[in-house]
Amino acid sequence: MFLQQLVNGVTLGAVYALIALGYTMVYGILELINFAHGEIFMMGSFFGLLFWWILEMTGFSRIIPIPLIIFLMFIFSMVATAFLGALLEFIAYRPLRSVTNRLIPLISALGASIFLQNFAMLTFGSTNRVYPAIFPDVGWDLFHARISLIQVFIFITCILMMAGLTVLVNKTKLGRSMRAVAQDYVTASLMGIRVNRIITITFMIGSSLAAAAGVMYGMYYGVAKFDMGYLAGLKAFTAAVLGGIGNIPGAMLGGFCLGIIESFGAGYISSEYKDMFAFLMLLFILLLRPSGLLGQQVPDKV
Amino acid sequence: MMNFRFRRTLRSLARNWNNLDMRLKWGILFVVALVYPFLASSQYYVHIMNLAFIYVVLSLGLNIVCGLAGLLDLGFIAFYAVGAYTYAILSIKLGLSFWEILPIACFATALFGLLVGSAAFRLRGDYFAIVTMGYGEIIRILANNLTFLTNGPIGIAGIPRPTIFGFKFEDPFQYYFLALSFVTISIFLTYRFQASRIGRALEAIREDEIAAVSMGVNLKNFKLISFIIGAMLGGSIGVFFASYATFVSPESFSFMESVMVLAMVVIGGMGTIEGPVIGALILVFLPEALRSLSDYRMLIFGALMVFMMIVMPKGFMGWIKPRRILKVAEEENSFVTRDF
Repeated sequence: MFLQQLVNGVTLGAVYALIALGYTMVYGILELINFAHGEIFMMGSFFGLLFWWILEMTGFSRIIPIPLIIFLMFIFSMVATAFLGALLEFIAYRPLRSVTNRLIPLISALGASIFLQNFAMLTFGSTNRVYPAIFPDVGWDLFHARISLIQVFIFITCILMMAGLTVLVNKTKLGRSMRAVAQDYVTASLMGIRVNRIITITFMIGSSLAAAAGVMYGMYYGVAKFDMGYLAGLKAFTAAVLGGIGNIPGAMLGGFCLGIIESFGAGYISSEYKDMFAFLMLLFILLLRPSGLLGQQVPDKV
Repeated sequence: MMNFRFRRTLRSLARNWNNLDMRLKWGILFVVALVYPFLASSQYYVHIMNLAFIYVVLSLGLNIVCGLAGLLDLGFIAFYAVGAYTYAILSIKLGLSFWEILPIACFATALFGLLVGSAAFRLRGDYFAIVTMGYGEIIRILANNLTFLTNGPIGIAGIPRPTIFGFKFEDPFQYYFLALSFVTISIFLTYRFQASRIGRALEAIREDEIAAVSMGVNLKNFKLISFIIGAMLGGSIGVFFASYATFVSPESFSFMESVMVLAMVVIGGMGTIEGPVIGALILVFLPEALRSLSDYRMLIFGALMVFMMIVMPKGFMGWIKPRRILKVAEEENSFVTRDF
């Protein structure tokens, strides 16, 4: 039971962590809570499904080997969603960047998320859409716990993506520009960094990570639905805050913590309250350590 | 002749609307509101107006927290939920009347606001917003799961209707005047509160926290008071909602509702009193006006919300009279939009 809940929790946590990265990156750079990010995740899931439908219709799904299909599904969904993220930034956030009131972009994000949710409902229908069960139903028994292939796959893919992002942010020139913009966009622009381009790229990276999470979520639970972005987005956001918003390793840690706590809460106490554990924990963490687990205490600006 | 003079009065009224005396302005609106149900072609339009009135009071309450004290509250709907559930539970289980429960519910929401506020005020800025979001969700989940008290997701049905001197409120038309009195009292209270010592202190806090503190304003207490007053407005209209719908379920108190009320405040114009009223009316009537487009209604609604923020980021009131809207330190937060 313990190990089983841990395995489930880690799988779920990995998905949350991937979505949380998008929140945290955008927040780190723009100090903006991108409320439409949950919908980006949902669209990512649907893009993956759309790719599968195309393969099925054209008959390619029987010719191409399964690992390649999965790989292409991820690539297709990530690329499409990256452009959607860039589009979202261009339409809903960029015109508002000179606005001083921080609530304005928030409302704009809300409008965008209503739009995306209804767009998905109109194009993909309002019922549960079945995700292809292309993963072989293989698993291993380990101390009375069952670990399935898809869980291992999700865990490894998430870890790889997070490692890739860490390297990108810390080691490359692009990552350095991103950090510079996050620290001080005026100085960064004076140093010759194209601030707008960096922001667009940040949105694209965050969105494609969310898309990968969406495809994994769809494969894991077997369904995609137009309103699944809302709760997943809220949870991922909680995870980002838990780790310290704006902090990339924090988002990963927060995601895993949240997944594990949720899984244990559901397993040992009550599955009905599982959403509440996440939020209660959020409140506790914030009251005890307002800047999150790995966040730095920001001194008051005087 | 008469007609001509009437038209001319109307036109000059429209031109000078902003310069009119506040009392006259609200007086005119009140008269318009009074005749509205008699002119409305069907009960349906009266019903929509009742809904709009509920949101007017909600956004006035949130405006005290958000516009006046400058606190971003993302869980405001929780107070509304507390009010609604207080009425539902007390009226069914204990058989208390509407007028007995109203003060009890106000007291309960005030207590709840005090509890949440005193914990949440330890945090600043965005973290405050996140905590308020968290308690909003917790209230909803509690309503979903405390089945013995709230019937869980099924909700509580058959909530008794209010009576006054033996007269029972039944259809939307009768309810309209109850709702209107709620709105009138809320607007009056908001004006009084804003003009009071506390209200002025809060405006000072919003404009410049540090200056206000150095002038001897007790930051925490005043913010807490505004939080509680806002909560009580939300709770009182929650009571009205429960009696009007005769049914409450957790579905009505989702995070989306909180954000919707916030959108009303922002779209109308934060920090003003006309703003939230206009915002609530727009956001309730807009989806109704788009109803003929049925399926695409919410799609267009979402797009319009983005569009509105881009065209008038200071809300409707900021668009009409740019000066009275709250001013935030421009140079500190403004962002470069050009490429270098």
